[in-house]
Amino acid sequence: MNLKSLSIFLIISSFFLTCILSIWKIMATLQGLNFNNLNTTHVFLIGILVSLAFVLIGNKINHLIKIFSLSFLFSILYFHLNEASPYWYIFGVFLITLFFTNKLKKYSTQSLKEDFISEKIIFDFITLFGIVFFAFVILFPFYIMLVTSFKTQIALLVNPLDFSLDFSKSLTELFKSYFVIFETYNFGRYILISSAVSIGTVIVTLLFAIPAAYAVARLNFFGKNFLSTSILIIYMFPAIVLVIPLYTVFSQLGLRNSIFGLLIVYTATTLPVAIYMLQGYFKSIPKEIEDAGIMDGQNWFGIILKIIIPLSLPAIASVALYVFMIAWNEFLFSLMFLDSPKSFTLSRAIQYLSGDAETPRQYLMAGSVIVTLPVLFIFIYFEKYLVSGLTAGSVKE
Amino acid sequence: MSDSLSKLEKRTAYTLVLPAVLLVFAIVLFPIFANVWISFKDIELKDIRIPEPRAKKIVKSISENQSELKIIYKLRNSSLIQEIRNVQFQDKFPTNISPINLDPRCNFKSKKVICNFGNWQAKYRENFEITIQNNNGEIIDKKTIKLQKPILSGRADNPLLTTNFTLVNFKKVFYENNFVELLLTTFYFTFFGTVGAIVFGILAAQLVNQNIQGRTYMRGILLFPYVGPVVALAYTWTLLLDPNSGTLNALLVNFNIIEQPINLLGQKYINMSILGFEFKLRLALTTVIFFEIWRYFPLAFLFILARLQAIPQSLYEAADVDGASPIQKFIHITLPQITAIISILFMIRFIWNFNKFEDIFLLTGGASGTRTLPINVYQQGFAVSDIGMGSAVSIVIVMLLISFMIIYFKLIGKRANES
Repeated sequence: MNLKSLSIFLIISSFFLTCILSIWKIMATLQGLNFNNLNTTHVFLIGILVSLAFVLIGNKINHLIKIFSLSFLFSILYFHLNEASPYWYIFGVFLITLFFTNKLKKYSTQSLKEDFISEKIIFDFITLFGIVFFAFVILFPFYIMLVTSFKTQIALLVNPLDFSLDFSKSLTELFKSYFVIFETYNFGRYILISSAVSIGTVIVTLLFAIPAAYAVARLNFFGKNFLSTSILIIYMFPAIVLVIPLYTVFSQLGLRNSIFGLLIVYTATTLPVAIYMLQGYFKSIPKEIEDAGIMDGQNWFGIILKIIIPLSLPAIASVALYVFMIAWNEFLFSLMFLDSPKSFTLSRAIQYLSGDAETPRQYLMAGSVIVTLPVLFIFIYFEKYLVSGLTAGSVKE
Repeated sequence: MSDSLSKLEKRTAYTLVLPAVLLVFAIVLFPIFANVWISFKDIELKDIRIPEPRAKKIVKSISENQSELKIIYKLRNSSLIQEIRNVQFQDKFPTNISPINLDPRCNFKSKKVICNFGNWQAKYRENFEITIQNNNGEIIDKKTIKLQKPILSGRADNPLLTTNFTLVNFKKVFYENNFVELLLTTFYFTFFGTVGAIVFGILAAQLVNQNIQGRTYMRGILLFPYVGPVVALAYTWTLLLDPNSGTLNALLVNFNIIEQPINLLGQKYINMSILGFEFKLRLALTTVIFFEIWRYFPLAFLFILARLQAIPQSLYEAADVDGASPIQKFIHITLPQITAIISILFMIRFIWNFNKFEDIFLLTGGASGTRTLPINVYQQGFAVSDIGMGSAVSIVIVMLLISFMIIYFKLIGKRANES
């Protein structure tokens, strides 16, 4: 056996184990457990022992028995070396070690002799570590957002690390922040406004974009190339540059604080990308199908309505979802154009709420959960459509 | 025949395209040009309303029998800076009612008092009175008199359309605005935000591209920060990083990693020492950059992943036969395949980070050394309400953007010629 690759294997694998167990400990601390030390050295050392035992035992006993007994031993050692902790925590440690030892399966005294094995070990564990790291870093803020909305300001000031939910409380008590923001802060109205603006933007954008995209994809006219290249260039110009002139003009026209004004701006800013996405798809529809329509005496309107739209429903769906998300998440224009609480969108309402330093943070987070949930649901449910939309419309946030 | 067909085709094309083009022109292109106009005007937020003559009507009794009433009109020019020319006033009265001792500027004709007030200077105010009596000596109903609103009209210039131009805004932008620091902050933010997002994007794409379980879920999760609403995410981060009771500081203090909570979003500099090198780090700016990376690496990830999945597997198999190490495979196969997409991503992200407003605004409001050009547009235009100056900063942004695009396309063009 190669000593160099063995030691790399032991260090890297144990380092990985230490990292996941530290994350587990942090999560447990956030449930109110009183840990003050990550004990990384202990974990690292017994991790090395486990990895070493794993490789040395090799195939002498059944894999399942091996990982169960090793994890069990590890958990007992861990239990004795660390501060007192509840059984569910140690059970978590056991499961994590089980997962870890199972990942060691492909390493044996034999495999440690292969070419480039050190690099492969590093790559393997960096992959594992990377996935845990990315998942943790991404989900952690969302987790904090959700659990904060169930706590109270006082409880969080007393112990900012205790996010455990008190299930002995009644449901109304637990969801109090949500009741408050709906009853006191009028969030029902803001949800309606946000939905109206977003759905309105989707409909109007599609009404404008489908004919334009069809013309760009299929018809010959002077300025066509100029139009299709300028679509993207226009998109590089940012909202912040448009804000002052639009603000002044909208003030003079009385379009500020109106949903209609917001709708025009959202439509205009999403149109180029909608046209760009749709024309790409329209081009992929065989021209022969349309020729059949022309033979039947259909005019352009009929062709778009009866042939193009039914054939490109997936593309239209992805444009619609994409535009919906942009409009739902939009903040800059709603900040600039809306100053009366009567016409706030959800994003603007949350920002307005945060402007008052007295607002307890759980209300802010409850509002954030409400504005985030629909988008995440749509995203998870329609991921396939949206990913193609995102890649095509990448130019725009 | 075919000629008329192509004419028809053209006409249809224009009718189909025109609505969209007009809308985009009005809302996106027009403001860019309007910015140029406004940036040469010394104009503030309160000046943008077109001046109007206004009147508030107050009805008072003057005699016991209520057959005579005094009406006071509080007249004023709504603008503090502009005059209104040729102000006309009109008020209607019920039958049998006529004014007594009418002001010489006015006359009474077919139940209406019509006055010509001439020109009103800026800030003009006047209490204008009319006494009316009922010709039959009956009581006048105060309410009907009060409900009738006077009509005023006058001509005033739209302050946005006057042609007095000045360079004062640009002078202020370059000399009174800490312009160099503003520019440096913007570039620091933009550059590190872009590079960070791309580096993390490559890492994440490389991870997800391996054969691991739950790969599709992982791809979905990685996109969460990108699809979530900025407002919600920024406030969550503010809470997380809060020095007093934020989770991150509490955790770090709890595990004895730091002694004192650090105000990550409110402290401009922090003294760092790495390997004996002492230096000052722009703390708040760095935190904002990390948020930016967190939020936008998913986009880079998505593109790079799509490219990685398109690399033919046979290339890697051939490399395996040649006995290449994983690192060699990455450097010699993967990297050359993704350079094109990285350069496009770099440009897109660079430009978008350069224009980023919401994220910084929500996290720090531009305080503690996080003032970038877009934040400055908002500060000048709306916090200080000097929209002329705000527009001038916008113009600087547009000019810089145009030069980035030119540089980028020059570089791309060069490379295309070489290969």
